[in-house]
Amino acid sequence: MNLATVDEILDRCKRKKSALIGILQDIQAEYNYLPKEALLRVRESLNIPLTQIYGIASFYKSFSLRPRGKYIVNVCLGTACHVRGAVRILEEVERDLGIKSGQTTKDSNFTLETVNCLGACALGPLMVVNEQYYGKMTPGKAKKALRNYRGQNK
Amino acid sequence: MKKIKTPQDLENLRRSLREGHDLNKLCVAICGGTGCRAYACEKVIDAFKEEIRKQKLDAKVDLRTTGCHGFCERGPLVVVHPKRIFYQHVEPDDVAEIVSETVVKNNVIDRLLYRDPGTGKKIKYEDEIPFYRKQKRLIFGNNGKIDPTSISDYILLGGYSSLSKVLFSMSPEEVIEEITEAGLRGRGGGGFPTGRKWYYCRKVPGDVKYVVCNADEGDPGAYMDRSLLEGNPHSVLEGMIIGAYAIGAEEGYIYVRNEYPLAVNNIKAALKQAAEYGFLRENILNSGFNFTIQINRGGGAFVCGESTALMASLEGKVGEPRAKHIHTVESGLWERPTDLNNVETWANVPLIIAKGADWYSKIGTEESKGTKIFSLVGKIENTGLVEVPMGITLKEIIYGIGGGIPQGKKFKAVQTGGPSGGCVPEKLIDLPVDFEELTRVGSMMGSGGMIVMDEDTCMVDVAKYFLSFLQDESCGKCTSCREGIKRMLQILTRITQGKGGEGDIELLEELSEVVAGTSLCALGGTAVNPVLSTIRYFRDEYEAHIKDKKCPAKVCKDLITYSIDREKCKGCLVCKKLCPEQAIEGERKEPHHIDQAKCIKCGLCLDSCKFGAIIVS
Repeated sequence: MNLATVDEILDRCKRKKSALIGILQDIQAEYNYLPKEALLRVRESLNIPLTQIYGIASFYKSFSLRPRGKYIVNVCLGTACHVRGAVRILEEVERDLGIKSGQTTKDSNFTLETVNCLGACALGPLMVVNEQYYGKMTPGKAKKALRNYRGQNK
Repeated sequence: MKKIKTPQDLENLRRSLREGHDLNKLCVAICGGTGCRAYACEKVIDAFKEEIRKQKLDAKVDLRTTGCHGFCERGPLVVVHPKRIFYQHVEPDDVAEIVSETVVKNNVIDRLLYRDPGTGKKIKYEDEIPFYRKQKRLIFGNNGKIDPTSISDYILLGGYSSLSKVLFSMSPEEVIEEITEAGLRGRGGGGFPTGRKWYYCRKVPGDVKYVVCNADEGDPGAYMDRSLLEGNPHSVLEGMIIGAYAIGAEEGYIYVRNEYPLAVNNIKAALKQAAEYGFLRENILNSGFNFTIQINRGGGAFVCGESTALMASLEGKVGEPRAKHIHTVESGLWERPTDLNNVETWANVPLIIAKGADWYSKIGTEESKGTKIFSLVGKIENTGLVEVPMGITLKEIIYGIGGGIPQGKKFKAVQTGGPSGGCVPEKLIDLPVDFEELTRVGSMMGSGGMIVMDEDTCMVDVAKYFLSFLQDESCGKCTSCREGIKRMLQILTRITQGKGGEGDIELLEELSEVVAGTSLCALGGTAVNPVLSTIRYFRDEYEAHIKDKKCPAKVCKDLITYSIDREKCKGCLVCKKLCPEQAIEGERKEPHHIDQAKCIKCGLCLDSCKFGAIIVS
């Protein structure tokens, strides 16, 4: 694994210990998850124990220690979406993709995640695939929307 | 840009901007907030650029992408100035017509106008739409008037004049006095008097002090802070600089959710501009006062909205709160005196300085001054952000501004204050909304989320939803919060599965007392509010689940069944094909039937049936 990018990120943050969260965010933005090799390099460079880095990476919801899929499917579970039936959307997506929230499909095509609120409540229930928003979802519409991404992969 | 060095320079700049600004010039303002972007408003913006170029109107017409206008329900929104003609749900295909007809010929396009559901009449102008007309948009109103990436737009509307005023004509003590007199209270939830916080922080000895902007807006259903940062970032910066001057801080931090990329971008751009113009960094406006601001992105932990957890996170640590026997104004970030205020609180500051404490304190109620921005969401006709004076009734917000409940359903409750708040029932609809009143009825102001619920919302399920949220978000430090919430959630889950028993409600109440009384921070301290408030006002619903094994709102899966009305079913096969469990039987043109043993109650049939033949009982 080429760690030049990790070094660049560390340099940009001036190798400050207090910048740890920001460093991990930039690494995740680069690799879509936090690769072990990258975390070992952070440990070396900042001279902090790996347990501390693991503590941060597992505490904050935005970090993933496992590789994520090509498409990140995010089902919003904010209160507004909840009262409009978001749970049924999530259940349908779980069934359709054959994975639970937090998991990635075997073909690495989809990762299913949930988010506490995206602040686009007028569109609730809301599903987001990568950057694309799907508003006013029903279980059926969600299933249909996911078909678009299966097609692209074939 | 040459740095602005004196208050006079700033006024000269403002004058020249005003002279160059023709109030009657045509301008197409398109809402570019996150909500409208989710409706793909960028395609509308591109279409306008192309059309204006094509019709060679560049010199005659300005195109402005603004921050959130608030009326998210109707996006993408377009307002044609100077007349403020308001178009809703604008598609890229509508753009050529808007340019040819409205911009060029001044004709209004009827089909794109807002229709008042009450009177049935079409409304042409933004200010006449009841959603806007009944608000008091002091903080949020400029969002629609400025391009958030342009500091000139902000200066044109009087921006940074309050900063210049405090630096050259007010002592730090006088600034604190003014904020105290105004009666401003923290908009993030606590409602602590801002002036008093500043006073303590100034008084504490220390060479290095910090100010922090809490933009870790974690309450689900609340997005006013994001919209302020996105739509009017300089107003927040100006507030922070004034606060830093009053307290005696030279460094500031903005802790913003990483899930808000547009807000992060706009605030970054604003910081850069403010520094170029001389409103930040060394020797601001030649006053001798120095102040810098750094942006930190949050990691997605709800508990980091709590001040001590947020400060731990700023230091690069796990966001666990600490006991506050020593307040953060004495020992906060890096153990230095630190003043933390929420985005909306900061945005109020320049307004108070500009208009004066006397003027400001006349708005609102005895104890709660000014306005508050609420995000009105859930089962409501007009989803959006609304700014109203403190003391307005819930009824006025939900019916007057929000347009009531969709599809003629019955209003049941409104949830305020996020996971720390509670549910206010229909019978209290005339409640005036301010800090005290909401607390009195068992809820709280919180950051201003208002989630409207109708007859189809199960209150036991809502309580379960919040506890499940809080179980995930509890940092785990206090046993009572970590384990107590988990046990309460188990009981609630049991109840929603029809397995509840005699004494469960009392057990929930007893556990609530322990969790609230023995947790360090507000997350645990208020976690029980959604449970207690729903028990207080909707005890009969709990009892229906426990005693009758019924969910009156027909939400809890284990307590409902799906069946098909043989009279209404046309035998179209749609639901049969969709059913993931092959639980639906029946031939074409013959009434179908659901095999209860196979049915998983996913609701796909209910959504797909065009004949209303699916019965939930």
